[in-house]
Amino acid sequence: MTNAIRSWVKALSGSGRLGLVLVVFWLLIASIGPFLAPYDPGAFVAHDVFAGFTGAHPLGSDYLGRDVLSRLLSGARYSVGLALAAALLASLAGITLALLTAVSPRWLDEGISRFMDTLISIPSKIFSLVLVAVVGSSLPLLLLVASITYMPGSFRIARSLAVNLAQMDYVQVARCRGEGAAYIAIREILPNMIHPMLADFGLRFVFIVLLLSGLSFLGLGVQPPDADLGSLVRENISGLGEAAPAILMPAIAIATLTVGVNLLIDALTGRGRRMAGKE
Amino acid sequence: MNNHVEVRGLCVKAGTTTIVEDVGFSIPRGEVLALIGESGSGKTTIAMALMGYARLGCRIAGGSVRVGDTDVLSLDEDGLAALRGDRVSYIAQSAAASFNPSRRIMDQVVEPAVNHGRLDRKAAEAKAVTLFRSLALPNPESIGERYPHQLSGGQLQRLMAAMALITGPELVILDEPTTALDVTTQIEVLRAFKQAVRDQGATAVYVSHDLAVVAQMADAIVVLNKGRIRENGAAAQVLERPADEYTRTLMAAARPERAAVDAPKATAAPLLEIKGLNAAYGTTPILRDINLTIARGATLGVIGESGSGKSTLARVIAGMLPPSAGSIRFDGAGLPPSLSMRSREQFRRIQLVFQNADTALNPAHCVGEIIGRPLAFYHGLKGAAATRRVAELLDLIKLPASLAERPCGGLSGGQKQRINLARALAAKPDLIMCDEVTSALDTVVGAAILDLLADLKRELGLAYLFISHDIGTVRAIADDIMVLYAGTQVETGRRQGYHGVARHPYTDLLIGSVPELRPGWLEEQGDRPAPPAIGQPKDGADLCRFLPRCSWRVGGTCEEFTPPRHRTPGGNIILCHRPEGASEGAS
Repeated sequence: MTNAIRSWVKALSGSGRLGLVLVVFWLLIASIGPFLAPYDPGAFVAHDVFAGFTGAHPLGSDYLGRDVLSRLLSGARYSVGLALAAALLASLAGITLALLTAVSPRWLDEGISRFMDTLISIPSKIFSLVLVAVVGSSLPLLLLVASITYMPGSFRIARSLAVNLAQMDYVQVARCRGEGAAYIAIREILPNMIHPMLADFGLRFVFIVLLLSGLSFLGLGVQPPDADLGSLVRENISGLGEAAPAILMPAIAIATLTVGVNLLIDALTGRGRRMAGKE
Repeated sequence: MNNHVEVRGLCVKAGTTTIVEDVGFSIPRGEVLALIGESGSGKTTIAMALMGYARLGCRIAGGSVRVGDTDVLSLDEDGLAALRGDRVSYIAQSAAASFNPSRRIMDQVVEPAVNHGRLDRKAAEAKAVTLFRSLALPNPESIGERYPHQLSGGQLQRLMAAMALITGPELVILDEPTTALDVTTQIEVLRAFKQAVRDQGATAVYVSHDLAVVAQMADAIVVLNKGRIRENGAAAQVLERPADEYTRTLMAAARPERAAVDAPKATAAPLLEIKGLNAAYGTTPILRDINLTIARGATLGVIGESGSGKSTLARVIAGMLPPSAGSIRFDGAGLPPSLSMRSREQFRRIQLVFQNADTALNPAHCVGEIIGRPLAFYHGLKGAAATRRVAELLDLIKLPASLAERPCGGLSGGQKQRINLARALAAKPDLIMCDEVTSALDTVVGAAILDLLADLKRELGLAYLFISHDIGTVRAIADDIMVLYAGTQVETGRRQGYHGVARHPYTDLLIGSVPELRPGWLEEQGDRPAPPAIGQPKDGADLCRFLPRCSWRVGGTCEEFTPPRHRTPGGNIILCHRPEGASEGAS
């Protein structure tokens, strides 16, 4: 197992390895970050607001004098965890519906596809704003909003893959054998679309991080006293003029997370293509 | 300096693997040399090296190539660019993929001459039209105005030849130029090529895997295997007195011996019986009035050119396309028209084997899973019993049982086709439909698959519906043969019935177009007589589909009435106004 992982890492390109390091780093922070935080993220511990880098507060203090490092360590799990869950939900729902359309009669395919087109035509930010404004912000709602927003895109890609694969000879063979639709979808089609869908999943994850950060920046995301990376940027916006670490650090955090995931995905898809070319 | 082209000690390597090793030959000016071998023998690599070109990842590691006074391998990029497409030109296998679909034919054909500064645009177009005429293309003045998608494969292949010849090259390289064409088209293209190359006085290298085609084109033959020369000699010597063991293997595979066992005496109830079958994709009719029977343990060969509806017939029988009219009876009982109405038992008894094993095997599954699925699905075999049965089946198709764990991606074409077959056998069917199962394979490998099919038939008493475009293959395996043309069944009968002289004009053309394995055959054929003049075909009448191409058509009858079915002296049933088909006789 460890050997397999080692050779897998070895096969990655340089930028892919950098991406992998960043992704692993952020996953670690998201899972154990709150335990590493030197202070209570909600406590006013610094004498100064927008303090610079000091020994006691390595990343300075925010607009209320709270420790930025602690807030960052606690906030990462909202951004990463919520985005991960929403991306999973969106991808799984998209793939399931796509497989359904690939093996179902034409009217069902048309129905689902047009419904998805309708969803796609709604601007995602406005949709989220309306829902949050009507219902009020909460973690489950953010999860739902993010996954509904990104599910149609995932469905579109999965459907075009699945419909193409459904025309392959091996699927025709399975049809002639009398196989049921479920077997064809899960055993014949699904394994051949996993690779591109993984890449798509990574992309969606990045988009959702940005959407959630955007919502938080507008004050509609994760609500105080909790804060994700986006709300950390927003609440310290007045520190922009002083170049305070309080606003730079969360912004850098968002950047490294999304860039890292992108680098890793690029390396993965590139390799998938090369492997496909070899066969 | 007598020889025009001289190759010495040529080596081509990909990384550390040697693809071509120490190959040398020479061609006198104006002669045609054939490079022949199976796929992977390095024949295309050598042809490319003649232009100083190695494909991505390969490099020319040693040796020399001389064309005229030029040492090709010592040229720099500019020198090579001046050489290629001007003094040395190349005709690729698939002309359809080699033309740019968004530009007119003429723009592409004159390009080499204009780019190399041989001719100005006007002169080049005039020369192109002359070439079109000598290549026997229809409407030579206006064909250049058309786009590639408006032309047939055979026409594009000849246009590609025009493009290659327009600069008046001294060396022409033809890389499998007729492999993708139907036999009836191939003969015309071969004749056009031969004439055009001779008129130009060019030296030619003809790359092919088909000995019979090479016999018509070449003055000398080089036989290759795994990047090495096995035999090099004059065409007549290589074909008549092959000195090398491998050449003899190739010769034997090129004309398959009759591999089939004779069918058992027809029992009272046939296994498969089709009456008055019609099928259509949407509103486009594909098959019209098909009638056939297959006895238990018998083989029916279905033959026709691409687009004749042979694969559609198999799809209809398999239930993938419900027929628009007619009945299919299997083992005495009616077979439901569509997949969803059939029982698992009905599925089990008819198995379809697809042409292309590369796409018919799911790359995500390993060999054991692929063969094991029908076992579990139809027979409920699981665990150790299934593993044992998979091993038995692998043994039956002469593959090692250790292959079961492997994904099918890394296997050779022949191995994949065997696994494709084993999957069908695993169902224990009564009828196997083979759709062009040998077409994508090398001759030697294809011959082995045919032998395997014959063995299985003898051991398991299977019936086959064997679809092919190659009459040699069908004759080697089938008891009965059905000829399809444009979705109509133009001739049906016992295999022996096709030896007689009286046959349908299309069957006659089909059989007459298969090159024989001796030089000079092409010249003997002469030009096919132009179809006799007839009146305007009657609108709305259900006329003979072969009418526009038929050399035997009868004015006053063929363009007016629907052709009847006749029984020929050989016992075949033909769909033609002339009871004697394509033979002289009182009509």
